[in-house]
Amino acid sequence: MSTTTPHRVLIAKPGLDGHDRGAKFIARALRDHGFEVIYTGIRRSPEEIAAAAIQEDVAAIGLSSLSGAHLRLFPAVLTALKNQGAGDIPVLGGGVIPDEDIKTLLAAGLHAIFTPGTPAATIIEAFRAACQTGSHSDSDD
Amino acid sequence: MKTDELLTGLRNRDPRAIGRIISQVENNGPQCRAILAALDPAAMDSTLVLGITGPPGAGKSTLTGCLIRHLRGQGSRLGIIAVDPSSPISGGALLGDRIRIMDHALDPDVIVRSMASRGRLGGLCATAGAVVRVLAAAGCEVILIETVGVGQSEMDIVRLADLTLMVMAPGFGDDIQAMKAGLLEVTDLLVANKGDQPGSEALCLEMSAAFRDRSRADGIERVIQTVAAQNKGTSTLMNQINTLNARHLEIGIRATRRQQSQEIETLDWCLELLRPQLLAAIRGHEQPLDPRLRAEQLITDRDHDRQQQPQ
Repeated sequence: MSTTTPHRVLIAKPGLDGHDRGAKFIARALRDHGFEVIYTGIRRSPEEIAAAAIQEDVAAIGLSSLSGAHLRLFPAVLTALKNQGAGDIPVLGGGVIPDEDIKTLLAAGLHAIFTPGTPAATIIEAFRAACQTGSHSDSDD
Repeated sequence: MKTDELLTGLRNRDPRAIGRIISQVENNGPQCRAILAALDPAAMDSTLVLGITGPPGAGKSTLTGCLIRHLRGQGSRLGIIAVDPSSPISGGALLGDRIRIMDHALDPDVIVRSMASRGRLGGLCATAGAVVRVLAAAGCEVILIETVGVGQSEMDIVRLADLTLMVMAPGFGDDIQAMKAGLLEVTDLLVANKGDQPGSEALCLEMSAAFRDRSRADGIERVIQTVAAQNKGTSTLMNQINTLNARHLEIGIRATRRQQSQEIETLDWCLELLRPQLLAAIRGHEQPLDPRLRAEQLITDRDHDRQQQPQ
């Protein structure tokens, strides 16, 4: 009946970092481009983020980190997803992330990494592409 | 996943399968009809559906968190549907109710689903009823439904839930006056939240007046003061919920409500399914005619066309 179904995504902040301005900015930008965005707030463990993503059946996850713990926390979310049988959900990351870490994170299985100054349009397009590549694309009618 | 895999997963309480099934139902996906047909209606018999409604900022999510903690303490398996509004401009939504209930994120017996209203104006989304039945099939004994922040007339929740709690807080001023005729008349219990703030006693008194006739009739107090942020008043509230629910079961109100709920939901779906054809017919002819008269004409023409066509 509905012509297009909105993409559902989860925006989360793993770890102890409480700076959520970036996460909220992205959540709002996605909302304004037709996404249904579940925001889980600050200071969540990788396991909590994975469990929430599975219950909400999101097509993609966006993680934000501004505290420098991305090398540990982003891959930990991937591991938690795999452990809970949802390793197929694409995970995008953003924050203050040095160039040399980006390669490491992409090699670890992150779908994309964004640093400050990336235009919002680029990030939105990356989410849209991630939602269409995941296992959700085959269940859409 | 295939439909039979999903349904097996649902019976085995697999979180991934439950999540997938809800998406199929919410999006009217290719597996939706098979899933809905396979749900056992008897699963609803042992389920209590609680509605939580009220104006934005009254404390619905925080109170939901308190009820989850209390009910989990008693060992009940829970489903939570949290509805937030969709943007009328972009169609997107920011679903933020989970933030206040993340304490239970790792509890396998608390299934939370955030849903966007997707254009529906009654305080819920069109597929909330179906998702309730999915959660019941997933073994949830109590299902809490948190509506969007409401005003005076968003009655969808009253139709869907067995019992509806209206959450209010002091300081809403004229809104309280306005709400007296409308939603307040058909909610079952009033939660005067933020009971530690000035004006709470006055709110309780005012609300007790609105519920006086019903409370006098059966001796059940319907206004309960809480401070959800400090988890105060939850036990009293749960006691009143259980008392009222037992009474409704005893005198047949629950059965009547569920019957009416099914009828209204069926009617809603009929209208929804007719919408595309009607819209096409309306757009086809642009006559200078009053919209109401035009609607009558369209319905008459439709009936006439059907009589002309042999089976």
